[in-house]
Amino acid sequence: MARRLVYNAPMQKNSYRTGPDEQGHFGKFGGRFVAETLMPLILAVERAYDEAKQDPAYQAEMDDYLAHYVGRPSPLYHARRLSAHFGGAKIYFKRDELNHTGSHKINNCLGQILLARRMKKTRIIAETGAGQHGVAAATVCALFGLPCIVYMGAEDMERQRPNVFRMRLLGAEVRAVTSGTGTLKDAMNEALRDWVAHVEDTFYIIGTVAGPHPYPTMVRDFQSVIGEEVRVQMMAAEGRLPDSLVACIGGGSNAMGLFFPFLDETSVEITGVEAAGLGLKSGKHAASIAGGRPGVLHGNRTYLLQDDDGQILDAHSISAGLDYPGIGPEHAWLRDTGRVNYVSASDEEALEMFQLCSRIEGIIPALEPAHALAHVAKTAPGLPADHLLVMNMCGRGDKDVFSVADRLGVTL
Amino acid sequence: MRGRIATRFAALKDAGRGGLVTFLTAGDPDADTGLKLLRGLADAGADLIELGMPFSDPMADGPVIQASSLRALGAGMTLAATLDQVARWRQENSETPLILMGYYNPIYSYGVARFEDALAAGVDGVIVVDLPPEEDEELCLPALDAGLDFIRLATPTTDEARLPTVMRHTAGFVYYVAIRGITGTAAAGHEEIGQAVARLKRHTELPVAVGFGLRTPEQVGAVGKIADAAVVGSALVQIIADHLDDDGRAKDGLVGAVLNQVRSLRRSLGTAEGSNL
Ligand SMILES: Cc1ncc(COP(=O)(O)O)c(C=O)c1O
Repeated sequence: MARRLVYNAPMQKNSYRTGPDEQGHFGKFGGRFVAETLMPLILAVERAYDEAKQDPAYQAEMDDYLAHYVGRPSPLYHARRLSAHFGGAKIYFKRDELNHTGSHKINNCLGQILLARRMKKTRIIAETGAGQHGVAAATVCALFGLPCIVYMGAEDMERQRPNVFRMRLLGAEVRAVTSGTGTLKDAMNEALRDWVAHVEDTFYIIGTVAGPHPYPTMVRDFQSVIGEEVRVQMMAAEGRLPDSLVACIGGGSNAMGLFFPFLDETSVEITGVEAAGLGLKSGKHAASIAGGRPGVLHGNRTYLLQDDDGQILDAHSISAGLDYPGIGPEHAWLRDTGRVNYVSASDEEALEMFQLCSRIEGIIPALEPAHALAHVAKTAPGLPADHLLVMNMCGRGDKDVFSVADRLGVTL
Repeated sequence: MRGRIATRFAALKDAGRGGLVTFLTAGDPDADTGLKLLRGLADAGADLIELGMPFSDPMADGPVIQASSLRALGAGMTLAATLDQVARWRQENSETPLILMGYYNPIYSYGVARFEDALAAGVDGVIVVDLPPEEDEELCLPALDAGLDFIRLATPTTDEARLPTVMRHTAGFVYYVAIRGITGTAAAGHEEIGQAVARLKRHTELPVAVGFGLRTPEQVGAVGKIADAAVVGSALVQIIADHLDDDGRAKDGLVGAVLNQVRSLRRSLGTAEGSNL
């Protein structure tokens, strides 16, 4: 049986890692704001997950697939040329872009499909923005022979064409969502509508730390393998904990996965990077913490982009995976407690990092982590050479080459 | 003092017929036309009026009601404007119960404390799709305290074990969602609805209204015999959609067409001659 590289940090008093409460609240955030039709099912998912967590067989099955199918642990790589280029902090990449399917999304999909199987569900639905979660969901469905329906905004299908084809190759049905504005939030609405109509046989694999309780917790737990590995790997490489962590935030799953195991290490500075799109002042961005306020959408209370009347506003980002007007409720709480610092990076900055990282490290990053890198570019030069910075390289950029080429005026 | 909802259901019971509940979105397709519709509903035969509070992301609604929400928002409708329309209408109609239906975020954004304004405007009850009993502290309990009926949805997935939880803080009536699905999809079978209503009645003294998927006068007439009221939404909203010009503006005849359909829905429930019930 494959062993996972895990470190279970001991619980501390005043811990940041005790949430959520029984109702799924992180402080005032989170909760279960869903239609009654879904409520019994949400409760059943919670019970099934609680049981699965206690079952060593479930954990063992997960570890086995993570090791042999996903390819975990992913390396912790010292980006020497980039560190030298910025001239400051010692920069490490957590290389989740090397996972099977090309991003961190598979960690979560594996956990959820094993749960769906325990619950004897026979039909899988998912929403996707960049298509990475859709590809990961389609992949685990192929692996276990389950039908998979992926809801994707019509606009996102256009800008992430390679992933649409990949999902179809994997046997999934991709349904174009034209309602609303045809992006990730609308895809999630459509998936919820499907779920309401198919509660008996269907499991909804949500792709980020959002949705009604227990999803934000469950997805965080599945993604925490990222931070747990970093802990062990950094101890091996440097003999101590990192000084800072940086990750991009769409819904916030790759970030929660990296951050969670370190939340109680107060020496570790933690930063989440939202998408500033055309700039926070332009109104065309996806920075729900910087530009939003608390509200209720998709089953939970969190920071949301909304107008004065509580109508949800469209997010904008060059990165389809960050183009969401909300953020996971645990992040909302971590922001209010001040434990995690939330900043943003623009389309332009991300595009520049997309190219820089490709040239200097030979790693084509996805546009999502290119946002995280933009923050690293701003802060690393001012940090001492012995500052250990870990950035989550949560996805690879193959899916983005067409849209970036477009943006750069190159015809492929 | 008995509220308008209880009074109306008592009168329906005396008249020996099921009630008609109509759903339209406030301000659809624009504020003026929406207000005209609201003003005509009771005379056309609506026994209770459900008024949708438009929301950008109506997760439990099908394409027809989604579109109506977007039309209303596009025409500038807000929650404050909805309450304002209700207040104006209420000056002309002191008897017909009016229930606001929608999603939580606009109310949360408006402020739960301020939402008592709804009562002053003449609203009798609220239905908030994404507030299950697990979130009763949010709005249900404050609303009940303030004297607004909090009307809960029960669904085919609400099993025996869960029904007491769903009924606990429900007031006014119980809204039975006859299908597993979103608004505007096919109706459930007559027999299935009858059994479901009987099941609910074992858990509550409150009237039971049945909705989701009811379109035709025939369906409404049949449901009126086995439940206390029948709710029609998408089928009425579709008539609005069918009476828009290429720029999405209301064509002449829109209001008349909707109200005519309300009349024929109402006729299917039977009328006690000479009474206005
Ligand atoms: C590579 C990559 N990173 C990040 C994200 C954003 O999601 P999250 O914030 O949940 O990690 C996505 C979403 O599609 C993605 O594909």
